[in-house]
Amino acid sequence: MRAVNLRRLKALCRKEAYQIVRDPSSILVAFVLPVVLLFVMGYAINLDSSHLPLGLLMEDHGPAAVQFEQALKASGSFTVETGVPREQLIQQMTRGNLRGVVVVRSDFGAALAEGHGGAAIQVLTDGSEPNTASFVGSYVETIWETWQQQRGQNQARMDTLPIDLRPRAWFNPSTLSRNFLVPGSIAVVMTVIGVLLTSLVVAREWERGTMEALLATPVTKAELLLSKVLPYYLLGILAMVLCLVVAVLIMQVPFRGSLGALFVLSSLFLGCALGMGLFLSTVMRNQFNAASAALVAGFLPAMMLSGFVFEITTMPLALRLLTRLIPARYFTSSLQTLFQVGTPVSFLAGNALGMLLLTTFWMGLTTLKTSRTLEAK
Amino acid sequence: MNVHRPAPQPEADSAFQPARPEAVAIEVKDLVKRFSPEGSAALNGISTWMKPGGITGLVGPDGAGKTTLMRTLAGLLAPTSGTVRILGQDPLPDGPLREQIGYMPQKFGLYEDLSVQENLDLYADLRGVVGEARRESFERMLAFTDLARFTDRMAGKLSGGMKQKLGLACSLLGAPKVLLLDEPGVGVDPISRRDLWRMVRDLARSGMTIIWSTAYLDEAELCDEVRLMNEGRILAAGTPAELMGAMLGRSLHLTNLAAPRRDVLQRALRAPEVMDGVIQGDNVRLVVRTAGQWPDLEPLQAGPEAALVEVAPRLEDAFISLLGGGPGGDSPLAVVTHAVILPGHTNQDAAIEARNLTKRFGDFIATDAVSFRVAKGEVFGLLGPNGAGKSTTFKMECGLLKPTSGQALVMGIDLKQSPSEARQRLGYMAQKFSLYTQLTAQQNLEFFSGIYGLQGEAQRLKMEGMIQAFDLGPWLSQRTLDLPLGFKQRLALACSIMHEPQILFLDEPTSGVDPITRREFWTHINALAQKGVTIMVTTHFMDEAEYCDRIGLVFRGKLIALGTPDQLKRDSITPDCPHPTMEDAFIHLIQAYQAERTEVAS
Repeated sequence: MRAVNLRRLKALCRKEAYQIVRDPSSILVAFVLPVVLLFVMGYAINLDSSHLPLGLLMEDHGPAAVQFEQALKASGSFTVETGVPREQLIQQMTRGNLRGVVVVRSDFGAALAEGHGGAAIQVLTDGSEPNTASFVGSYVETIWETWQQQRGQNQARMDTLPIDLRPRAWFNPSTLSRNFLVPGSIAVVMTVIGVLLTSLVVAREWERGTMEALLATPVTKAELLLSKVLPYYLLGILAMVLCLVVAVLIMQVPFRGSLGALFVLSSLFLGCALGMGLFLSTVMRNQFNAASAALVAGFLPAMMLSGFVFEITTMPLALRLLTRLIPARYFTSSLQTLFQVGTPVSFLAGNALGMLLLTTFWMGLTTLKTSRTLEAK
Repeated sequence: MNVHRPAPQPEADSAFQPARPEAVAIEVKDLVKRFSPEGSAALNGISTWMKPGGITGLVGPDGAGKTTLMRTLAGLLAPTSGTVRILGQDPLPDGPLREQIGYMPQKFGLYEDLSVQENLDLYADLRGVVGEARRESFERMLAFTDLARFTDRMAGKLSGGMKQKLGLACSLLGAPKVLLLDEPGVGVDPISRRDLWRMVRDLARSGMTIIWSTAYLDEAELCDEVRLMNEGRILAAGTPAELMGAMLGRSLHLTNLAAPRRDVLQRALRAPEVMDGVIQGDNVRLVVRTAGQWPDLEPLQAGPEAALVEVAPRLEDAFISLLGGGPGGDSPLAVVTHAVILPGHTNQDAAIEARNLTKRFGDFIATDAVSFRVAKGEVFGLLGPNGAGKSTTFKMECGLLKPTSGQALVMGIDLKQSPSEARQRLGYMAQKFSLYTQLTAQQNLEFFSGIYGLQGEAQRLKMEGMIQAFDLGPWLSQRTLDLPLGFKQRLALACSIMHEPQILFLDEPTSGVDPITRREFWTHINALAQKGVTIMVTTHFMDEAEYCDRIGLVFRGKLIALGTPDQLKRDSITPDCPHPTMEDAFIHLIQAYQAERTEVAS
């Protein structure tokens, strides 16, 4: 008997397509969820800080100190609270209402006038949130340096810093975090579609007793598997197109790579995700368990270990090695590259190879575990 | 006459089978199936054959191995040892044999989100029915199943009977030579069941070999041949006539009773001559151990007019006899239960009452203006197919669902107004027992007595009483999951009556249970009724309905008939059917109701 009979495969795929179209939850997961997630991650999660609450304690009220105060307020990075006694500022810090306190000492003006670098400000930051603390520290430092420079220019004296620092960010010149978060969130969205949707489909057949009826017909194993992969692959590609359109046209994220490369890499990624989802579904035979496992094994690693939120190079070695098993890691990196850089083939080929190996692994495992009888293998 | 009794050694199964004909459609030899190496065998040495053409019934309770055998025949399970041959071939490997076998699993195997036509298309494609043959067979199937009007309807929106017909149509595509139907009659209304029988009869007449598995012994009586199964073995094989013939002269009716039927049954089961007995409408039905040796009437105290009359044996009698006879009629519950005394102001005729009880789910009316009263100490049955609304009615009566309109009263207390006061007096045993399967028997008893407010010495005494009454002692530290079915059922009953409820609700308490365990259960229920507990029960076993004092027939949300079983049967006598069974009565009443409705409509 041939492994695949086209008439049977077509019939099974058509059945699967009807089920997708008629099940509101699959449409929700495939087309509504991506848009919602993209907007949430692209706009709500913002790693650029502005208007951080900052306390300012002015012990010197000389003209220089007042000028510095104005520079702080004008920077846009902080909402400055001033004119309050020290104790109250410290209390506010403790409560978490202030992210930092800047102290301008009473000898500030005098030390500045002396002019050999003795003038200093004290910056206290809230170390319980290290990220924000370092933002506050570096922002204040930048403002301080800029203010010093301007002051020097205004006074026409060339005692400013010896180095002229002009930072230029490559690939994402505006350093807008959205530009790198959106490609990352597309990878998360595709993981949800690939793993979650398919984790339900085989289990559903077992739960409803239709698998038993299918297995009693001349259907072959290859037909069964293909009929689950093909429709959901198509659905995944459609969702990918939707994500791309939303990201580029609505969210104005630039896309610099080639569409062909995007198609190839997306297909490879869907291979891993569908394989994993089908595997869970085949082994669990229960929709609830399979969906829970899909969230833990698919969604969480895609969020945390893909380099989407947390930088992989700063992880401990064990975790870094673990990320190599997470398909989303390769896909996140590929998407960020395609969107922001272009199509550096040699770099993308590495990612493609990683995903190809994982696809082979998950699909192979699913094939092994798919049984032609009712007994689990 | 050719009767086949079990030999003491099950290996000798084939010895008491009827002579094997020359040509067989299915041959099974020494079939053993275990799902785990250390577990017990689901099939324990089955050897049998099925002749080509005709209907062979696989009959037995849940856990007998019917479904496992069916699935092995369909090539869905591999035997642990032994051989299976269908039309001379092994059904397991992929091969052309699959096109010769039609198989309908228990849930019919339909895609609920596909329409009738799309389901047919799918299975036609899978079974390779194409071109002209396809058009022809669709036409034939749709006419045969009377589904032509519904081709666009989603399978999930079909009634149980229509789903069953569609499932049958799908398994018939490609004209298989062997048709395997796994419990096709479960939960379907009797009219649809009869339709299905007619259809399957036609197929058998055309030469198809049909295997029909069922837990209903009355259904099995209609098969050409039966294989009685229990605990993975075949107890007996033969035609229903052969098997029932062995019981000739042993089935009796005790009629014209003047004393309460339950008391008479209890006394009759004490007689050494009596092997088994049940209540059947106004009579008590007895089976004696030896033909001709009838019990003495005197100690039964059945009344001056009471008489024993010989009646036709049933397949169930043969089955019980093969299993070694029924349990006795005395329930130890009678000793530990106090007689129920309802509060003085309560109307003794209305321990349970429904007044125009209505429940709507959206625009669907699940229960439509249902009214009835159940007297103290009465056993009241709600009978109806799945989806008719009996469970909804039942759940409103015990306070688990709020009525849309109308009133559900228990001892005069409106369940809407003071549910907790009423609930303390109710016992409820849900379908499938609803015990905590991970807890031990002891822990379940503790938990359920605890939530009904028993504690300290009272709790300890009550638990001891239940453990004694139900003989649960040796099982106390077992996980409930691992208890044998009969003990699970006892434990569930114990848990629901520990707080001595005055009213007991039983939702399909015996579905899937073997006849002996069912009898034992009813012995307990009868004992409770004798103590004055009011009992409301739902069932889809027709014979079980006859154990009730009165039954209400529920159909499409309406209570279409109400009366004692014998009244309903009498009302259904027609020239064509002078001695209606409960099922005949059910069908007659539904048809009469529908005819009346059409008259009103036109």
